[in-house]
Amino acid sequence: MNQNYAVPAVALVVLATVLVGALGLRISRTTSDFYVASRTVGPRLNAAAISGEYLSAASFLGIAGLVLVQGPDMLWYPVGYTAGYLVLLVFVAAPLRRSGAYTLPDFAEARLESRSVRRLAAALVVGVGWLYLLPQLQGAGLTLHVLTGAPRWFGGVLVAVVVVATVAAGGMRSITFVQAFQYWLKLTALLVPALFLLLAWHGDGAPRVAFDEPAAFREQRTVRVDDTLDIKLAAPLTVTATGTVDGTRHHAQRLLLPAGTHRVERGTRLVFAPGDPVPGGDAGGSGMSTPLAHARQERPLYATYGLIVATFLGTMGLPHVVVRFYTSPHGVAARRTTVVVLGLIGAFYLLPPVYGALGRLYAPELALTGQADAAVLVLPHLVIGGVGGNLLGALLAGGAFAAFLSTASGLTLAVAGVLTQDVLPTRGVRHFRLATLLAVVVPLAASALVGGLPVADAVGLAFAVSASSFCPLLVLGIWWRGLTPPGAVAGMVAGGGSALLAVTATMAGLPGGGPLHALLAWPALWSVPLGFLTMILVSLATASRIPAGTAAILARFHLPEALYAGQRTAPREVQP
Amino acid sequence: MNGFLAGMFAAALPLVAAGFWAGRRTARPQGLGDLGTPVEHATFQTLHTASLAAPPLRAGLTPDTARRAVRGLRTLLGTDALCLTDGSSVLTWDGAGEHHSAEILQRLGRIRETGRGEAFRIRCDDDGCALHWAVVAPLTVDDRVHGALVACAPRESAVLVRAAGEVARWVSVQLELADLDRSRTRLIEAEIKALRAQISPHFVFNSLAVIASFVRTDPDRARELLLEFADFTRYSFRSHGDFTTLADELHAIDQYLALVRARFGERLSVTLQIAPEVLPVALPFLCLQPLVENAVKHGLEGKTDTSHISITAQDAGSEALVVIEDNGVGMEPERLRRILAGEAGPSAGIGLSNVDDRLRQVYGDGHGLVIETAVGAGMKITVRLPKYQPGVHSAPGRTGPIPRTR
Repeated sequence: MNQNYAVPAVALVVLATVLVGALGLRISRTTSDFYVASRTVGPRLNAAAISGEYLSAASFLGIAGLVLVQGPDMLWYPVGYTAGYLVLLVFVAAPLRRSGAYTLPDFAEARLESRSVRRLAAALVVGVGWLYLLPQLQGAGLTLHVLTGAPRWFGGVLVAVVVVATVAAGGMRSITFVQAFQYWLKLTALLVPALFLLLAWHGDGAPRVAFDEPAAFREQRTVRVDDTLDIKLAAPLTVTATGTVDGTRHHAQRLLLPAGTHRVERGTRLVFAPGDPVPGGDAGGSGMSTPLAHARQERPLYATYGLIVATFLGTMGLPHVVVRFYTSPHGVAARRTTVVVLGLIGAFYLLPPVYGALGRLYAPELALTGQADAAVLVLPHLVIGGVGGNLLGALLAGGAFAAFLSTASGLTLAVAGVLTQDVLPTRGVRHFRLATLLAVVVPLAASALVGGLPVADAVGLAFAVSASSFCPLLVLGIWWRGLTPPGAVAGMVAGGGSALLAVTATMAGLPGGGPLHALLAWPALWSVPLGFLTMILVSLATASRIPAGTAAILARFHLPEALYAGQRTAPREVQP
Repeated sequence: MNGFLAGMFAAALPLVAAGFWAGRRTARPQGLGDLGTPVEHATFQTLHTASLAAPPLRAGLTPDTARRAVRGLRTLLGTDALCLTDGSSVLTWDGAGEHHSAEILQRLGRIRETGRGEAFRIRCDDDGCALHWAVVAPLTVDDRVHGALVACAPRESAVLVRAAGEVARWVSVQLELADLDRSRTRLIEAEIKALRAQISPHFVFNSLAVIASFVRTDPDRARELLLEFADFTRYSFRSHGDFTTLADELHAIDQYLALVRARFGERLSVTLQIAPEVLPVALPFLCLQPLVENAVKHGLEGKTDTSHISITAQDAGSEALVVIEDNGVGMEPERLRRILAGEAGPSAGIGLSNVDDRLRQVYGDGHGLVIETAVGAGMKITVRLPKYQPGVHSAPGRTGPIPRTR
């Protein structure tokens, strides 16, 4: 990867983001015409902004990496990330907008008229936001590491600094334009190289790989091991090694490795022959890289359903998605926006699997060295090469950075907003800046402590927590009269709290295997029903505590705005 | 392994936090335990029990508040059964012997008439029931009996009669405070209603005069202005809802400025910069128009060249920041302070202080107007509007701009 191209591309993206953010409003919205000034955000613009904020590192890099390593089972990720908006559209979008709530704690307070439910919701929003920020920062670190060889922590720090600096300098004046711009940037950055890669693949005779077989090397390939790793062999394999394998030094010797686990020290070169299956790797030797992969291999069906439940139901509780619905002028517009989001995101998610499939074909050794998340970035260089490959690689690098920046800034603002309103003592501009710093620094510190889960998996964990706490609150809050404040608190604590504990244990790399480990790694399948059930049962037990205004609140949630206003007032006077 | 330890630490953090919170919630002031004599101890204990029973009753006498208060009150009196009633029914019964409630309700009517407490023997067919005497003490607010406190005991006791009377008086004070709270809320509501924006009579007069001047020379223009005027007055006289959206308020400001421009022509220029994210924000209605009116007045006062007004609305996290700026004559800060405090008399115009009062009523004291000005330096007014505030819902007048009638 030629860094002479990548670094300017990343710098350009950062600069463009800051410029559009600071100047976009001044250019497009300074007017003396009130009809121009009071034009609300249309569904298409808002949908592009939501998509831009939503498509994170997990979508841009992570899905391709997972498909590369584990094959077509991982296509459930893009399906789940998209289908979440369908559930949001059907059950939540319009009533949420009509509630007038800006954040999820606002919704909890508007629906249940209780400060304590609000505080709990705020705590969970911060938790989910931090969980979601963590993989973004780690992904940024990985990207810069692959592109320029910078240390792994550098990318995360860079993203954090850019986000905090823009907020401190007065914030994104035109956040909607920035995020919409980022969506189109990301789509272009993924689409154009994909077309060239497909052309190159076609020119190569359009080789096909059966997805069900383990990935194999198509030609003789030398793999340099940068970090000490354990490789697992299902069958004996002959390689040519230069360096240290299993504690013995070799110098360009052919080795017959028996089935089992072998330790390869850093700096070793392994040469594989064409047709060799790609062995499974376990980077770092610390035993905490991909616990999820083991759980998935052991119980594929359970893992898949866990993933489906988490992503389908988790989208509605993502703090940075919820705040964007406030921008829609009314409930119907919110619904229309969601439909457009489905289209935009669906189009985008056609692309990452292409990279995953091509990566399995052309760069299978990434699975061995534990850098599968970088597959998207290195493919043009491997497949096309030359200046063209470098340029396309630079475009992808820029797109990846757009993904980190947009999602990270959206999440940071959402978390910082909740921190200023519900956690820090008084409101004010200075407190908002402090909250921004707090919102970024905690996941940044955690990203240094907690080891590298695959980006898409780590995001999946945030979805699981959101699905088990906010999905019950939103769905029952909107569709069930019987919800009470104690019920909501109990449900959020039982569902969200247990999911949070399971997720933290998984991220910490709790050793062990077996059913318990699978349960912890994919909590949504039990924690979501637990959350719903607790919320319903406790609400039924405390039926006397149903808020007095429930009927009026639900009427406001569900009736179209014009109708609600008309029904509430006396017939209007004759209009001129 | 290092990472594993770090992870365990991270996993333990929420637990520690939860434990800390639970500890804070359940902690009792233990520090006073070894302070003072046994008598003082008893006093502390009694005062503590009383203070715990007070908060629920501050919300008034309802089955829910009575249920939450009655346990503390029974500890205070040390009786076997304690019951709180309102004028006609038993709200809650703590302790044994709930079957006596019918008999006690019969006595309630007489107590309501006399307003005096009494002790009487209660009949009981149940041999196992130990309660033979009841003490009824009225709960009065403003000399009217709102309910009663009934304590039941196995035998007649002058001490209990006295204690029940005192506790009833203490509860009555709480109920009076609750009543006070309620009237304060009503007062605030009434104040908000009274503060409802009024359009200034000068504006009505000037607009009609301007329209009249166009009737002969430019009938089309006159018709258009008349329609703007009608639209603006309909907006300001509308009867439903106290709140509107920023988009609708901007629309009203536009109509207002159209009428002003008809009078002053090219002397007035306006620049807008509105972040589209904040257009759906709900706000008390007609609370920006008076600020614009103020800016127009100051901008044109004593000047012959053009006056410039800029209106910006920015997205600032969970708030919208609206700034209205003019380059007019400005104002002495001291005079402005008097106007905002309502000491400047009616001639100074009620616009600014009215808007300030209403914003403080709705959003709290942290959200009043922030005004920067000096003589000859123009004026800059900043309003911070929270995107969400409990109880603030815009009554939608229209969705999106209405096409102009031409």
